[in-house]
Amino acid sequence: MRARTLPLSRQRTNGGKLFTRKALAVAAVVSLGTGLLAGCADDGGDGDSDSSSDGKGKTTVTLGLFGTMGFKEAGLYAEYEKLNPDIKIAENVVERNENYYPALLNHLTTNSGLQDVQAVEVGNIAEIVETQAGKLEDLSKAEGVNKSDWLGWKWEQATTKDGQTIGLGTDIGPMAICYRKDLFEKAGLPSDRAEVAKLWEGDWKKFVQVGEDYQKKAPKGTTFMDSPGGLINAILSSEEKKFYDASGEVIYKTNPAVKAAFDLTAEAAEKGMIGAQTQFQPSWDQTISNNKFAAMACPPWMLGYIKGKSQPDAAGKWDVAVPPKSGNWGGSFLSVPKSAKNVDEAKKLVAWLTAPEQQAKLFKVQGSFPSAQAAFDSPEVTGAKNDMTGDAPIGEIFSAAAQQIPVQPIGPKDQIIQQGLTDNGVILVTKGKSAKEAWETATKTIDNNLDK
Amino acid sequence: MSTRHDTAASPVKGGAAPGRPPGGTASDGKEARRRQKLSRRWQRDMRWSPYAFVAPFFLLFLAFGLFPLVYTGWASLHQVELTAPTDMEWVGLRNFTRIFDDEFFWNAAQNTLTIGIISTVPQLLMAMGIAHILNYKLRASTFYRVAMLAPYATSIAAASLVFVLLFGRDYGMINWALDFVGIDPVDWQGDKWPSQFAVSTIVVWRWTGYNALIYLAAMQAIPHDLYESAALDGASRWQQFLHVTLPSLRPTILFTVVVSTIGASQVFGEPLLFDANKGASGGAEHQFQTLGLYLYEQGWINQHLGRASAIAWMMFLILIVVGLINYVISRRLRASS
Repeated sequence: MRARTLPLSRQRTNGGKLFTRKALAVAAVVSLGTGLLAGCADDGGDGDSDSSSDGKGKTTVTLGLFGTMGFKEAGLYAEYEKLNPDIKIAENVVERNENYYPALLNHLTTNSGLQDVQAVEVGNIAEIVETQAGKLEDLSKAEGVNKSDWLGWKWEQATTKDGQTIGLGTDIGPMAICYRKDLFEKAGLPSDRAEVAKLWEGDWKKFVQVGEDYQKKAPKGTTFMDSPGGLINAILSSEEKKFYDASGEVIYKTNPAVKAAFDLTAEAAEKGMIGAQTQFQPSWDQTISNNKFAAMACPPWMLGYIKGKSQPDAAGKWDVAVPPKSGNWGGSFLSVPKSAKNVDEAKKLVAWLTAPEQQAKLFKVQGSFPSAQAAFDSPEVTGAKNDMTGDAPIGEIFSAAAQQIPVQPIGPKDQIIQQGLTDNGVILVTKGKSAKEAWETATKTIDNNLDK
Repeated sequence: MSTRHDTAASPVKGGAAPGRPPGGTASDGKEARRRQKLSRRWQRDMRWSPYAFVAPFFLLFLAFGLFPLVYTGWASLHQVELTAPTDMEWVGLRNFTRIFDDEFFWNAAQNTLTIGIISTVPQLLMAMGIAHILNYKLRASTFYRVAMLAPYATSIAAASLVFVLLFGRDYGMINWALDFVGIDPVDWQGDKWPSQFAVSTIVVWRWTGYNALIYLAAMQAIPHDLYESAALDGASRWQQFLHVTLPSLRPTILFTVVVSTIGASQVFGEPLLFDANKGASGGAEHQFQTLGLYLYEQGWINQHLGRASAIAWMMFLILIVVGLINYVISRRLRASS
């Protein structure tokens, strides 16, 4: 019945109309199909064009960021817009770097969907320098950029072998040791930060010995350190060389410093002075709020994290001591893609945002420690205090640590190697495996992950 | 057909003489040609417009189904990194041959199998039981049915995060309850079988209700007189279930088994989010890394697109083999009945 009625209705229309209808249908199908295809091939390219300038002739500079970088919160955009009435700033923030970075890589390799400014985390900067430098602007010669403002190692991290600097440093994470004064006292250790620093001065082995002493009289249920990952990270960051040598070769298995860091962490774990935790997991958070450990390696941003996870009565019970050796943990860079719509304005904005004065302001509001050594003498840094650490002059301690951080060669697969050593390695020792077994599991995992 | 076509024209022309315009015989030849032309157009329309109607699906399938499939196959023959996807280096079948002595792949395959079994079997059994109960006349039966489907509608991420907290080693509620009855705390994430059990729990929780509703729908389609006659013959409820319900559900059971098998072979979100390390290694010793997770790790964490593509194709081939086995078994079953 149906098949018959269809021609009936068709017959009613005259030829021309039929043709139009069919043409319409075909056009609809084609445009639907190509529209969809075009939609995924060419995102951002024309999608963003409307945002690059608004009706009043202003130029909109866009930033692609991750996490909470705090430029907006510190009022820096508003200030810049006031200084440059023709500029409008818009940011596009992805919460987690794990989600932000693959997308950024994708956009860089396809040259589409890029913002005028793109942030890069320190864990990814080596890969960007090695594989994407051709797609990014050299910022070393940008207006208002002064190389000597930055810490040498920070500048080097974003500089290619042929001398192009494709990212300007925002913040860094110079590590110190944060410790609980009350727990140290209960375990019979000194609690004054200068005395504490003396206990382990210059050598991570001494640090582990202090842990042994702590554990002898430790308050019940507490460990000296928070997690094996925290300790191995702190040791590795303070070495001259970690996983790569200066020529870019992977040397993690042959570098004695890596094996030594692994073994020392494993030894500490075997002796039960490290909590069997993985950092930033809910149960690790619980050990902070339940006061389950006495010390941890901490960059300035960690104080904010501790504060977020602690009970109110923990305020002021922490202090910060100089670590055996200083290392860096975290920090970011700002880059300008060559295919950005407003390259010149973007460069100016990046130069301004990363200048020492702005970094100091950012530290005051957001706690992101400046990578510009010129900012270390600013009152924002020298006078810095933190709720968790009471009167401790954290600005001075972290500045001193920052200046001792070694210029360590970093490589594109640092994160994979470090994660292997931590999550497939030393954590196993806390579960009863031997250091040897843990090393084998870790290296097998890492080698498989590195193999192209 | 053609006569029908002729007469059908009349309502539009509104004339009393169907198909014959007032022009007279002189225009007969012209009219015939016009009609022929119309008819050709109509035939073309009949022949081609269905293609236009199905085209959207097939265009989408081409773009998002077939093209990725073929491209993945092409990429699997190369060494490609995510940092430069266009920079491909031909390696032939190396990405496939290396899988045979890639212990991580086979470990993942084994985990996928065991997690698949300990999630699918209880899931389908429980679904059957629940469907059977819901098939009775119950008060507020709609409420129960909606409640059954609620886990299915829950976001996998949200559910997994809650389960991670429940299964926490130090502060988890499950260990707390075990402690209450005097059992030592279990390391739900660090140990092999507990972790696989925990991951399977999330799968079971999520899919049982869905399967139960499918079973329930099939049960309600079973003619009531079958039960009546069985009851007249003195069959107990259990016997009715065994000899009336189950045989009638056979095609449905087969369907759910196939769908669950495919689902189990692709388990990804649950183990990814259950990982305390927040990587994709599926635990410190890869104890609950599934194939999907391993594929993701190689492709997106380690950025080896070529290797990941080869793993994807291997998974596809394994699925085809599983599908064939399924087909053979179901044919045997059908033949035996």
